[in-house]
Amino acid sequence: MNEFWRLPVNVSSYGGDIDGMFMLIAWVITIVFFAVEILLVWFLFRYRARPGRKAAYMHGNSRMEVLWTGATALIVLFIGVISRGLWLDIKDPLRFPEPGLQLIVSAKQFEWNTTYPGADGQLGTADDFIRRNQMHVPVNVPVRITLVSEDVIHSFYLPELRLKQDAVPGMQIPAWFEATQTGEFTVGCAELCGLQHYRMKGTLTVLSADQFNAWNAQQVAAAGAAPGTTPALAAPVMNNEAAGSPVVAAASHAH
Amino acid sequence: MSTAAAPSMEHGTSSFGVYNLKLGMWVFLLSEVMFFTGLIGSYIILRFANPDQFAVPGAVLNVPLTALNTFILICSSVSMVKAFADVQAGNQAGLKKWLLVTALLGMVFLGIQAIEYTVLASEGFVPMAERYAAHGRAGGHETLGGPLYGTTFYTMTGFHGTHVSIGVACLWWCVFQAYRGRYTANSHGGIEIMGLYWHFVDLVWIILFTIVYLI
Amino acid sequence: MSTAAVPHDTAAHAQAHHEHIPFIRKYIFSTDHKVIGIQFMFMSLFFLLLGGLLAMAMRWQIAFPYNETAGFQGQPLPGGDLLPETMVVQGIMLPEFYNALVTMHGTIMVFFAIMPLLVGVWANYLIPLQIGAPDMAFPRINMMSFWLAFGAGLLMLASFAVTGGAANAGWTGYTPLSINDLYSGVKTGQQLWALSLTILGFSSLMGSVNYITTLINMRAPGMTWFRLPLSTWALLITSILILLAVPVLAGGLIMMFFDQTIGTNFFKPETGGQPLLWQHLFWFFGHPEVYILILPAMGFVSDIIANGARKPIFGYHAMVWAIIAIGFIGWIVWGHHMFMSGMNPMLGGFFMVTTLIIAVPSAIKTFNWLGTVWRGNIRFHTPMLFALSFVALFVIGGLSGVPLAAAPVDIPLHDTYFVVAHIHYVLVGGSLFGIFAAITFWFPKMFGRTMNETLGKVHWALTFVFFNLTFFPMHMLGSGGMMRRLYDPTQYPHIASMQDTNIFITWCALILFAAQLIFMWNFLWSLFKGKLAGENPWEANSLEWTAPSPPPHGNWGDRVPVVHRGPYEYSAPGATADYQLQTEAPTGQPLPATH
Repeated sequence: MNEFWRLPVNVSSYGGDIDGMFMLIAWVITIVFFAVEILLVWFLFRYRARPGRKAAYMHGNSRMEVLWTGATALIVLFIGVISRGLWLDIKDPLRFPEPGLQLIVSAKQFEWNTTYPGADGQLGTADDFIRRNQMHVPVNVPVRITLVSEDVIHSFYLPELRLKQDAVPGMQIPAWFEATQTGEFTVGCAELCGLQHYRMKGTLTVLSADQFNAWNAQQVAAAGAAPGTTPALAAPVMNNEAAGSPVVAAASHAH
Repeated sequence: MSTAAAPSMEHGTSSFGVYNLKLGMWVFLLSEVMFFTGLIGSYIILRFANPDQFAVPGAVLNVPLTALNTFILICSSVSMVKAFADVQAGNQAGLKKWLLVTALLGMVFLGIQAIEYTVLASEGFVPMAERYAAHGRAGGHETLGGPLYGTTFYTMTGFHGTHVSIGVACLWWCVFQAYRGRYTANSHGGIEIMGLYWHFVDLVWIILFTIVYLI
Repeated sequence: MSTAAVPHDTAAHAQAHHEHIPFIRKYIFSTDHKVIGIQFMFMSLFFLLLGGLLAMAMRWQIAFPYNETAGFQGQPLPGGDLLPETMVVQGIMLPEFYNALVTMHGTIMVFFAIMPLLVGVWANYLIPLQIGAPDMAFPRINMMSFWLAFGAGLLMLASFAVTGGAANAGWTGYTPLSINDLYSGVKTGQQLWALSLTILGFSSLMGSVNYITTLINMRAPGMTWFRLPLSTWALLITSILILLAVPVLAGGLIMMFFDQTIGTNFFKPETGGQPLLWQHLFWFFGHPEVYILILPAMGFVSDIIANGARKPIFGYHAMVWAIIAIGFIGWIVWGHHMFMSGMNPMLGGFFMVTTLIIAVPSAIKTFNWLGTVWRGNIRFHTPMLFALSFVALFVIGGLSGVPLAAAPVDIPLHDTYFVVAHIHYVLVGGSLFGIFAAITFWFPKMFGRTMNETLGKVHWALTFVFFNLTFFPMHMLGSGGMMRRLYDPTQYPHIASMQDTNIFITWCALILFAAQLIFMWNFLWSLFKGKLAGENPWEANSLEWTAPSPPPHGNWGDRVPVVHRGPYEYSAPGATADYQLQTEAPTGQPLPATH
């Protein structure tokens, strides 16, 4: 079934739950689909007009109305009940697991800038460093991100992590994920954000704990040689001129 | 086929016993309620999100003058009621007099609002966010509130003012029609719907005045 | 009642009553609801064609992007050399033009094609005829409503020609992209977009005031609420939705326009404005809007299915309450468009529940349609084929809404082609098929001639097949992770691997579009050369079928129909024919033989 729906490989701790719910719903709607359509086609064949036939004269059946209304209500109620807990587990900050790594992901036309806490493990300090379009995280560690935007609404989308969250200018929106496998995965933008929305692409690299620590140390050293500034959670851009002219900026971003 | 003589267009068989013009005006006013709800609801959301951008009303706005203006608008609703009562009773002279009073009071309201806008703008209280520099009635160099204050104030009161202006134009039309003898004790739908519209505009103002000038 | 005797009487009577009306007053600036309905029809069909053309250009770009690094050579856009270099350069479409196409396709289809085709056309045409009234309550306001819509349409068209081109921030116009040309590259186009839609809003509001007042006040004697056809009920609830939802959008559009022009900051985050406020205003209107776009079609389909099956609609009262329930619940589901927006997750939970609940009245309607054809005596005329297809396709569209409604499952599906599949199944498979059903059904009444049945069936078959081939695969593209509004999907490897599907969809879409030319030909040819229609070619029951084809000004002259029964008395025992007009006297006078 995963192939039929072309589901991307799932490397997310909560991806299995989402996929499971998707499959359950898919089966329910598939059964209803076949039942209704087959019944419809059968009726159209069986009750087609022929000479000498007459339609039955009736205005309805209250019992049937109650039955099918009730059945539908029960099905949707069931779906609602099983969905609510998972929704809050993923989206409610009060329910996020204790993060092993905290990042700021800043969306801007047309790139994703991730701020890492650096050697001291604290965001907002001098040893933070930023990487453009390259996210590195350790495997099996809950990662908490704060999404911000420097210009318009973007949507941070990690297909294989089953994560999607809009980044809205003026807001700081929390999200979390935990990767269950190492590898390279897709980062995309899922909200029309301008002319190069279609190529606002990045890579998420999930590393083993050792590899991640090594990478982190390497980045810290490199940042130490050329210190940057912690972006985005500082004062927002106050006027449009400072945001630059992303429209005019031609295609050549170094990816 | 079963047929009957066609009733005249103005008086169809109504569920509510309300003739077309009046029902149409009520329906239209429902849409106006939604329009102002959208504007006022947005104001409330913006204010809750950025309370520091909204100064104490009396510091920036001329509350006493606007309170007087509110009183004037309420008086114009009273005169409108009297106009309607007079046309129902067949008192043509009374109808003309009270219509005139209503129209004039409406114009006074608009005039005072225009003066208010001019004074506020000169004090730096403008709707354009980048030029917002309201230093308030007391003068001084400190900017009171923030751009959202000007943005929301002028949009809400401005649209209300637009509705008053349209109302005043319609009132003058009613005056003109009244002088031509178009309204009688038996047929005065135009006056009734004018009254409905005018009272609505008054009611919106009372709500706006409370929310913008008093809270 | 005889199908032959009265019309001539009525027509002659009506004609004698009115002096000769000059051409301009009769056809251009007419206050006759039928003429206004037909004016809306011509205008909307033009926009439907234009919206489809824009989609074809989009599909070409999606299927054949120029992406050398990934091995996609692209194909020059057919007709691209006719377009200026701001849109297409050496056969290759520019991203700015693509984003404008996406935006304008949605905007034109929703606001200038589907909505007027359902409401502007049919509320105007059908309401007085189905309730037995000579015209609308406010005929001159009705005329203004059309010309305002026309003006709004001109503005929207003009936006293609201004510097910077047409709006390109999506038909949803999310801020701040839509209010800042430094972000979007489009200034005047976005302003015209906001202005045009505001003016169109006024047009819709004027219409609703008319429809509601007329329906409440001007029903013929005997036309009680529960003898109204479901078309009329649907149009009533739709009009109430328009009345209450459009002003909120108008408010939002005005705020947007001010942000764009005079420098207010409603939606500008730099100075405390709230981008999400736009989304709330837009979707508070936007969700009732989608019910505005489906309810009338549901009404027409009910009437047409009962007629085709020669059987009363199953569960008429339940159908009425379902329409009212959909109209009511539709006000509290808007947040399901904003699950990923960053709004409070608790709100998300609330909206999920309400969205799932609204599936229930829609299901009720579907089961009642099934119940109507069950044990019927079904005639498969072209309107019936479209109406039955509506049921089949709306079921798919509705069911695909369920995974989207379940908020956690919406996480991977939001803003992907799964949503595109869902909206097109309900808007095309639903609304457009309903529109085709309505046009083919009421064409004889409108123009006094029938459309060609063979061409109608060919058009139906091709449209049905290629519609499904085009849009069903989009579900899988979506669950596979293909995002919306992508100028070049091959930039992402996980999407590039599905490019064959995109190419397949494009070819099917082109054939689907071509098949519509059959409808165009049938429609235009039949206007002049179609077989002359009698008063009641479909042997239907509602009041419009007692008026001449086409009805004269005033519909029944200075007489009105008197109603004695409901509109679904098909195959009633004891009746001479398998249908009974609502005006048929109750003492069981025998009906003359039908033609």
